Amino acid sequence: MTFADIIKFVETKAAGKSSIIEGKEVILVSPNNWVEISTLLKNESKLDFDYLMCISSYDKGDNKTYGAAYNLFSTTINHYLEVRVETEDGTAIPSVTGLWQAADWHEREAFDMMGLQFEGHPNLKRILLSEDWDGYPLRKDYKEPDYYRGMPVPKDKTYWD
Amino acid sequence: MEEQAIAKSVLETGEMVLNMGPQHPSTHGVLRLKIHTDGEIVSKIEPVIGYLHRCFEKHCEYLSYEQIVPFTDRCDYLASMHMDHAFSIAVEKLLDVELPERVEYIRVIIAELQRIASHLVALGTFGLDVGAITPFTWAIRDRERILDLFEALCGARLLYNYIWPGGVSHDLPPKFVERTLDFLDYFDPQIDEFNNLLSTNKIFIERTGDVGVLPPDVGINFGVTGPSLRGSGVNWDLRKNEPYSIYDKFDFDVPLGKGTMGTIGDTWDRYYVRVLEMRESAKIIRQACAQLPDGDVHEAIPKKIRPAVGEVYGRYESARGDVGFYIISNGKNIPLRVKMRSPAFCNLSVLSEIAEGWMISDVIAILGSLDIVLGEIDR
Repeated sequence: MTFADIIKFVETKAAGKSSIIEGKEVILVSPNNWVEISTLLKNESKLDFDYLMCISSYDKGDNKTYGAAYNLFSTTINHYLEVRVETEDGTAIPSVTGLWQAADWHEREAFDMMGLQFEGHPNLKRILLSEDWDGYPLRKDYKEPDYYRGMPVPKDKTYWD
Repeated sequence: MEEQAIAKSVLETGEMVLNMGPQHPSTHGVLRLKIHTDGEIVSKIEPVIGYLHRCFEKHCEYLSYEQIVPFTDRCDYLASMHMDHAFSIAVEKLLDVELPERVEYIRVIIAELQRIASHLVALGTFGLDVGAITPFTWAIRDRERILDLFEALCGARLLYNYIWPGGVSHDLPPKFVERTLDFLDYFDPQIDEFNNLLSTNKIFIERTGDVGVLPPDVGINFGVTGPSLRGSGVNWDLRKNEPYSIYDKFDFDVPLGKGTMGTIGDTWDRYYVRVLEMRESAKIIRQACAQLPDGDVHEAIPKKIRPAVGEVYGRYESARGDVGFYIISNGKNIPLRVKMRSPAFCNLSVLSEIAEGWMISDVIAILGSLDIVLGEIDR
């Protein structure tokens, strides 16, 4: 199905639960509606998004809005959809590990790097960084620590440009 | 009664947690597996990753698009060309540039050579994991010839920085096509030799046939891609299903696991799909070499890469599976956010699922058949 068809189908099943981002082929869903929309996308046989390719966390840059972009694909019908769930002030996003097992590690990574909270995740802990790391490095307001376990962190970026 | 109670307390075994790695030859890098076992039977595996984390995604937020390419090289160091190609395709999609045909052909030839090289390492080290030493030396010997070709191409043997957004760094050197065809003539019979030595070896089949079966629906649900998924019989190859670059111009098959030595989706199937893919890659290279057009390889390279505001998700079929680059641009020469979907990261997450109920020695075989590269998992 094309993006317009998918939108139409989602609207008939769950009216007013999602919106389209202006000028983009992306659906925006609020965390409150994400359980319903994700279940619809996964289980409805006409959509059948069985393959969660990627969850990318992002920072809008205003120190409170963070989001996750879900890239979904259907291996049976061959169509593609990008869904974004944005959260403000640290509201938790419902976890989709129950629908797509692939989300397990991706959500852990989004938590690790961007500090997104996922409600209902079975094992939400850091995955790439060590357990005792402070802060979430991919946030735009992240400041590198001066010391890590007593070792000074080099900050000279003279040769970076 | 009392004797029975005593016997039970002595004989009852609790769960044992066995630590494998991070420094272990069979984990293909610095991977730590916390294996929960009952006796020698595995009940659960918790992979602990991140030992090789180099902040690739954070680095990207400080570097211009051209400067990111050397970093993508170092993600999957066994198939660097694939990572460069995947990143370049994503950036080109964002820039909306049309590439000269010669560039596309060169990229396909290089990418398929890289696929053979990467699979050779995968097959050779898989042999090592289950105790076959000689196939490794044979595989590395043949890979060496491909690395020699790459050295003639761009001067580097492992980390190339060759495929750039908008083109490639150099045109093909003189006699490159002839040398490539010479290599393929030499290599085709070598695959048969390799099959005689390892694929149809009785001991090898005993170790891999029927072991660690990955059902197709579980694989898709966990996001497993590439040869590991095709071993389960799922006909899914981006080069065929969603052709990028010019893959729609070539005639090739997608090898699938058939369960020849046991069940569909067992360790042997995942292994053998890679052997067959090398033949298909050779087929593509021959066709591309025959059709290679003339032209300038530098004409499409933008002077300054400054994409419009927007985002893109580029997909690519690498030697390990579906690589995705999610790039958000804010109109500057530095991306706002780069997220890499690493195929080996998703492939590794399925390990606990398929290794459950097998022996510890089988875990080694199953892990080897998933063909992970830690540089790409940890980024």
